[in-house]
Amino acid sequence: MSAVHVSTKINGDDVEFVCRPDESLLDVLRDRLGMTGSKEGCGTGDCGSCSVTLDGRLVCSCLVMGAEVGGHEIGTIEGMAQGDKLHPLQQKFLEGAALQCGICTPGFLIAARALLERNMDPTETEVRYWLAGNLCRCTGYDKIVRAVMDTAKDMRKAAAKSSAKKPAAKKSPAKKTAKKGARHAA
Amino acid sequence: MRYEAPDTIKAAVGLLSKAKGTSRILAGGTDLLVQMRSGMVEPDLVVNIKGIPGMRDIVADKGGYRIGAAVSGAELEEHGKVGQMWPGVVEATNLIGSTQIQGRATMVGNLCNASPAADSVPAMIAAGATARVVGPKRTRDVPVESIATAPGKTSLAKGEFVSSVFLPKPPARTGSAYLRFIPRTEMDIAVVAAGIAMTLNAKGVITAARVSLGAVAARALLVDACAEAIIGSTLDDAALDRLAAAASAAAKPITDKRGTVEFRTKVAGVLARRAAVIAYDRARG
Ligand SMILES: Cc1cc2nc3c(=O)[nH]c(=O)nc-3n(C[C@H](O)[C@H](O)[C@H](O)COP(=O)(O)OP(=O)(O)OC[C@H]3O[C@@H](n4cnc5c(N)ncnc54)[C@H](O)[C@@H]3O)c2cc1C
Ligand code: FES
Ligand code: FES
Repeated sequence: MSAVHVSTKINGDDVEFVCRPDESLLDVLRDRLGMTGSKEGCGTGDCGSCSVTLDGRLVCSCLVMGAEVGGHEIGTIEGMAQGDKLHPLQQKFLEGAALQCGICTPGFLIAARALLERNMDPTETEVRYWLAGNLCRCTGYDKIVRAVMDTAKDMRKAAAKSSAKKPAAKKSPAKKTAKKGARHAA
Repeated sequence: MRYEAPDTIKAAVGLLSKAKGTSRILAGGTDLLVQMRSGMVEPDLVVNIKGIPGMRDIVADKGGYRIGAAVSGAELEEHGKVGQMWPGVVEATNLIGSTQIQGRATMVGNLCNASPAADSVPAMIAAGATARVVGPKRTRDVPVESIATAPGKTSLAKGEFVSSVFLPKPPARTGSAYLRFIPRTEMDIAVVAAGIAMTLNAKGVITAARVSLGAVAARALLVDACAEAIIGSTLDDAALDRLAAAASAAAKPITDKRGTVEFRTKVAGVLARRAAVIAYDRARG
């Protein structure tokens, strides 16, 4: 099996690695790069605990080949806090006890961040549909959903404040909603 | 296993034509990686087509849209205009998996994986979509319904792959819809599915229709009898009854853990009827 040499960017840093062509991005992150924040719950795209962003888009790293990320940008849970400063979602998850064993948490955080970057004002249904590919065996989801809703609220407040200070500042990012709730059938 | 990421169609065709053993195209990988992991396929060669120029493009063409083989479900949804033209197709594609899966999964991968329950396929068939097949000898455009032949099997010859799917311009007063039955609201595979497109005249009489059923046979079916059941009608109750009966008659399902023959046969009629009502309303505008 011929090894593949890959140059990519992870959390803003240039990274190079060599992997076998049958290794997933999740295998590479965990076993070759020592980035064990992304978890393997299933390895088949069902649980979302391996969620990362690839060029800004939320994906399951267990369903991406390590060999194919050359020239792309990956975002993992390791890049979420800025030094000691937690991301607002991480802070809210802690405060709201939105985790128990914690295996699902990195995936939920990455997925929730991808949602709030697109839509700072999601409805509960939109949050639940957006996160439908993230499974949690412990919390019963309620606290997770509430933490995401609460973070969104804080972000809206902060955005309103800063745009009140700077009247010329641009409005919050275009609202792109996860409309799936209205769409599922039968 | 060898991994290749060619940057032209010609190079990809060359690799596939010369390869010995098992070769697989890699699009979104949401089927392929699962199958590799479970040992269902052990490819000797994997050809990633996402870096080939054009594969990730949605291009307006002859009043319709040509959708590259590497366009993900999320990209298709964000395009907006394809969904206005063919809501049935885009809704069906967006039903595939979760947000994470939508970031990767392609319509063409859904088609070429050849699962009888593939969500986008009945919707594409109803829309009269064609697949562009590139290969060592020639490029050919074929109806989407001729790609899958049986579960996991396609009509593609050695060296061939699908470079894009074309959704034609719909005539005025055309509506489309897709519905599937699953026991939950998300993250499941269709037990039964129905895709419909229909065109009305100014009086609201159906002048043309295409009806396709998923998960009730070895591949998605295009059912002429369903179309005939509603053409010439204004989709009154009698027409809907004829449609449901024709759909149930056409269904040749199996019993498995997802549903029995009896259940699937009945629900094929129910979904055809419901999808027809949605498509009719959309056609009326
Ligand atoms: C968690 C999860 C949920 C899912 N839910 C659904 C669902 O609800 N409905 C549904 O229909 N499917 C579902 N799927 C299956 C899968 O996501 C879809 O079939 C998807 O559309 C496949 O597209 P892809 O681009 O990822 O294909 P890939 O995995 O890249 O390819 C699939 C197959 O087609 C071949 N292929 C791909 N592109 C081409 C091409 N251009 N020419 C020739 N051959 C090609 C590949 O070699 C491979 O054999 C789900 C999968 C997962 C993991
Ligand atoms: S480990 Fe990737 S989705 Fe479960
Ligand atoms: S906290 Fe244990 S799986 Fe979610």
